[in-house]
Amino acid sequence: MSTAPDGRRPAPAGPGLFRHPTFLAILGFLGFLGIWEGVTRFGLMSPIFLPPPSSLPTAFWREVTSGIWLDRILQSLDHYLAGLVLGSLLGIALGVATGMSRTLEGLTAWVIRVLRPIPGLAWVPFAILWFQISPAAATFIVGVGVFWINYYATLSAVQGVDGDLIELAESFGYRSRLVKLVKVVLPASTPGILAGVRTGLGQAWMSVVAAELFGVAGLGQRMNEAATLLASDIVVVYMLTMALLYGLVDAVFMLIRNRLLAWRP
Amino acid sequence: MAPVIDIRGLAIVLGGNTILEDFDLAVEKGEFVAVVGASGVGKSTLLRIVAGLIPSAAGTVAVAAAAAPDRRPYAMVFQDARLLPWRRVTRNVEFGAEGLSLDRKSRRARAEAALSLVGLGSHGLRYPHQLSGGQRQRVAIARALAVEPEILLMDEPFGALDAITRASLQDELVRLWQETGKTIIFVTHDIDEAVYLADRVILLGGKPGRIQSQHVVTASRPRQRDHVEAQGLAAEIRDNLQNTVSDGGGI
Ligand SMILES: Nc1ncnc2c1ncn2[C@@H]1O[C@H](COP(=O)(O)OP(=O)(O)OP(=O)(O)O)[C@@H](O)[C@H]1O
Ligand SMILES: [Mg+2]
Repeated sequence: MSTAPDGRRPAPAGPGLFRHPTFLAILGFLGFLGIWEGVTRFGLMSPIFLPPPSSLPTAFWREVTSGIWLDRILQSLDHYLAGLVLGSLLGIALGVATGMSRTLEGLTAWVIRVLRPIPGLAWVPFAILWFQISPAAATFIVGVGVFWINYYATLSAVQGVDGDLIELAESFGYRSRLVKLVKVVLPASTPGILAGVRTGLGQAWMSVVAAELFGVAGLGQRMNEAATLLASDIVVVYMLTMALLYGLVDAVFMLIRNRLLAWRP
Repeated sequence: MAPVIDIRGLAIVLGGNTILEDFDLAVEKGEFVAVVGASGVGKSTLLRIVAGLIPSAAGTVAVAAAAAPDRRPYAMVFQDARLLPWRRVTRNVEFGAEGLSLDRKSRRARAEAALSLVGLGSHGLRYPHQLSGGQRQRVAIARALAVEPEILLMDEPFGALDAITRASLQDELVRLWQETGKTIIFVTHDIDEAVYLADRVILLGGKPGRIQSQHVVTASRPRQRDHVEAQGLAAEIRDNLQNTVSDGGGI
């Protein structure tokens, strides 16, 4: 790399068309589809084990026109959103409370140490006992996973709030915990809390699919159904649907987040 | 008339160390007191005590109450600016005033007046990270002024500023003090600054810290920088400071 006499690198020339990131991304994506298609075209794998991309539009169209696609999406979104909202709110609330109160932190220390390592899916038996195979069961499983993520993200955000800012608030006579919470602690920990919420968005999708594999109606259950009928093209349609839905949810979340954190450099 | 700040027999213990001991200080209403002393002697601690931010181990601290519900008894300007990064400049200045019985409009008006006073009238919509260090410090001063405190507690407020801004803010502070009759406790490392601004300069020294010496500045105002009295006084304070440091603190 050549270096200008004043020690700075010369300004890079604009990337040529062939090195433009969008171009590269499209090229890579088409290559990926090409290889995928080729694998089945040239008989390396049977289309039952790996449906070629060219078969997907028809499969997709069949699902959409039969009304199943939209139905399953709405069912999944229903427990996804319910679990996400409940788990996040409870996790944030408990994280804030524990972060602000030494007493609560002490009281919950062991309880949390016992409950925390239990994976969200280990709650499936209880979810079924308590809620049977129902949307509520899926909501519960989604919520448990999201809860822990938000609890820890919030707790560490709240505990990481600059003590100097709290002293500042006190110097202006803001002595009550509630006022300090509203004026300093919550806004200061918002970036950390939102980072937790975003991790939860992804984690919740996994839980949705897992919960639905046990039979709760939704995308995962439809995939399972299609797989037992060897309709692997439909399985792929739903895999891509999930990627799309997650991308949408994440994009919407980022829009909101960027508004809330507009103050950040 | 009773002093606005009356500290008697105060002892401060932080993390097992006695920072101040057997400490007495009375400040009259309207007085401009400068506090100087070596680093770590307890100057910031003294301001924190007046602001009720740390508990005392012994003694009493009496601070006069605010004259009206739309004013604070005291306001602190910390050594660092401590702006809230998520609030725009004007909202930062309003921060302290939000706790007063004051409607939105007058609060905003006060904030804007305080900002103009520190020369940042046109920066109200910026975020703190869009300001220079000195500008941030000026916002912190405006924030303290916006609560119209009876007592201004200032911890090296001009330390981070360039010489010209510093001089102009010093004069601005003196003007404000003369107009409003506020009581000011002003911590500084700069002995010339102390002698230029204050009615009385207090030298802290020793371990635990005590008042080593007090110097009344009688020069009339408006003062010349480097007025004759100042030069002599500053030299005297510097000598005393040297002694407290070379004695290893004790008296
Ligand atoms: N929270 C604390 N716990 C224990 N010791 C502390 C604490 N805060 C301050 N100290 C000690 O108290 C002493 C006085 O601190 P202070 O901040 O008042 O000094 P200062 O005179 O303002 O110094 P500087 O001029 O460097 O700002 C220092 O020796 C410091 O180490
Ligand atoms: Mg200090």
